[in-house]
Amino acid sequence: MRKSGGGRMWSLRFGRSIRGSPSGGASHWGGLSPGSRFTQAAAGGSDGRQEAAGDPRRRGRVYQNPTWQHVEQRPLPEKKVTVEVLDHLERLALVDFRNWEGVQRLEKAIQFADQLHAVNTEGVEPMDSVLEDRCLYLREDNITEGNCTEELLRNARETVEEYFIAPPGNIPLPKLEERDTFLQVSE
Amino acid sequence: MLRVSLREISAALKEGRVSPTELCQRCLSFIKATKFLNAYITIAEDTALKQAEESEERYRRGQILGDLDGIPVAVKDNFNTAGIETTCASNMLKGYIPPYSATVVQKLLDQGAVLLGKTNLDEFAMGSGSTDGIFGPVRNPWSYSRQYREKSVQNSHIENEDSNWLVTGGSSGGSAAAVSSFTCFAALGSDTGGSTRNPAAHCGVVGLKPTYGLISRHGLIPLVNSMDVPGILTRCVDDAAIVLGVLAGHDPKDSTTVQDPFKPFELTSFIDASKLCIGIPKEYHAPGLSSETLALWSKAADLFENAGAKVIEVSLPHTRYSIVCYHVLCTAEVASNMARFDGLEYGHRSSMDKSTEVMYAATRREGFNDVVRGRILSGNYFLLKQNYETYFIKAQKVRRLIANDFVNVFRNGIDVLLTPTTLSDTIPYVEFIKEDNRTRSAQDDIFTQAANMAGLPAITVPTALSEKGLPIGLQFIGRAFQEQQLLTVAKWFENQVKFPMIQLQGMMDHGHTICHHQKSAFFS
Repeated sequence: MRKSGGGRMWSLRFGRSIRGSPSGGASHWGGLSPGSRFTQAAAGGSDGRQEAAGDPRRRGRVYQNPTWQHVEQRPLPEKKVTVEVLDHLERLALVDFRNWEGVQRLEKAIQFADQLHAVNTEGVEPMDSVLEDRCLYLREDNITEGNCTEELLRNARETVEEYFIAPPGNIPLPKLEERDTFLQVSE
Repeated sequence: MLRVSLREISAALKEGRVSPTELCQRCLSFIKATKFLNAYITIAEDTALKQAEESEERYRRGQILGDLDGIPVAVKDNFNTAGIETTCASNMLKGYIPPYSATVVQKLLDQGAVLLGKTNLDEFAMGSGSTDGIFGPVRNPWSYSRQYREKSVQNSHIENEDSNWLVTGGSSGGSAAAVSSFTCFAALGSDTGGSTRNPAAHCGVVGLKPTYGLISRHGLIPLVNSMDVPGILTRCVDDAAIVLGVLAGHDPKDSTTVQDPFKPFELTSFIDASKLCIGIPKEYHAPGLSSETLALWSKAADLFENAGAKVIEVSLPHTRYSIVCYHVLCTAEVASNMARFDGLEYGHRSSMDKSTEVMYAATRREGFNDVVRGRILSGNYFLLKQNYETYFIKAQKVRRLIANDFVNVFRNGIDVLLTPTTLSDTIPYVEFIKEDNRTRSAQDDIFTQAANMAGLPAITVPTALSEKGLPIGLQFIGRAFQEQQLLTVAKWFENQVKFPMIQLQGMMDHGHTICHHQKSAFFS
């Protein structure tokens, strides 16, 4: 059995018991560190370089209070999406909103994303991949696998000979008013 | 016997103290006995027993394939497994039998590992609770532990026992529950924004997210291609190093795996702490961090400092925007990735066949749950021509700032960052479902997704039990491709904190399906 040896396990018994409040606050800190070198740290700067260089008075401390607050807690303008855009999205995505909650889910997602606009990104290049500074591997253009038609067709619901079968094509999804979608009601 | 580490059971197999078949059978019966946890979607009993027999033959001949020979493992059900159903916990892939195995699965099998089954998850790995899959939620084994039960009685947290079971976290909750409840010795998860580390922390096991590009994604059904990595869940850091050694390395079938050779390593127990520089990112004291987790984090920092390490407060100034940025990039890539599910070649197909488009739309309506459809729709919104610059490109720019924050601290001499893994310990299911999936993911991935955005390796180590008797994990984030250093620090920390083993006797008194003779066999 592992870790059965001596020594004490870690527990959370400090000077004062901490009841697990899920969104716990700083009020519990009293008992943790009598000398509270933690309090001063809150005035810290924001430059990673400076701090990483190390200031002997400020070593090894964890902030007493949250260092930032959710933007969400401040009122943000509500985001409304027009029925035209919703209809367009249903056609593009080939999934439907199903109900009012579906639309609200989108509006909340946009509202959440709008926090990004607070960040100054002037002169910053977009990042596609963390491997952008490396050459991606390209193998030799040789056939390495194949002869698995049957295996691949086995997972399709409808096939004829060696073909996947689709219903009639080149017919666009019906217009909003002719489609079975919740958006008609909301219009 | 099932409670030992992978390394120990490997030694037992080599010394003939247990046979692969016996071990496999024991795990399989234990999986059945703990069925109420809902950790497994598919149990591959027949193939597992066959693999065990083959392993036994190799032991008999003295020609074992490696350290994993005969070791029972589990794999998250979003990795393709040839001949074994792979569902992603979605109606869309119910009944799908992949014609090939993911590279990581094949590597495990090539080492002689015994694949017990496929573990439960949120549908298409979208979630942080393992509550949103078609096979139902996974129950956290700690719900039934003596440690939690005793505290619950004291604090009368539990009025109605059965409705107060706890979530595992997610989305690899099945894998975490499987390792934590001793039904397997290691499990694969996937980690896009924290899906391996989050449930590992909540289930009291080790969860490793390797550097992006170190391990092949071939055969992992993709969520976000630029962030997905296979994750490793084990009972201790040494075990994670063993599994990493087997899985890491270039794969010609995944062009995003790097070609640098990877050398498997063994971890030393000794570190020269005086040469170590630990960074404490101040922004990781985020709103909502529980006082207990904060106290442990602080104590952990002191532990390193007292051991002679340099412990320095650092700043990752864009941290607060990271989860927002992740949200945009994730939904955008999801919108693109999920386009492959159209009903034609594999998976669910609707019977509506007026036209191809109608069939596509109906298939996707029937096949995806609300969460998946919601992410596809918002991703498509962010990718609309009129929104592309404002949201998608903007998020990609913020991603660079976040990645640069890490570059800066590592350039200034920090070896490893120490942070919380989650805001607090886990909560009962009934509490968890009061918030929607997006809100939960935004809270639960807050400390984990930044490592995915920057492609860095990160590991959560179970640290201590909360007042409620539940596990709390702390996270270490390392430099890209410096897994050895990261895991060495993690192992040293693990040895210091002596996290208590889960005591599952309580689970057996739970009144679920287990016979008494099994009870004594497994917990003796």
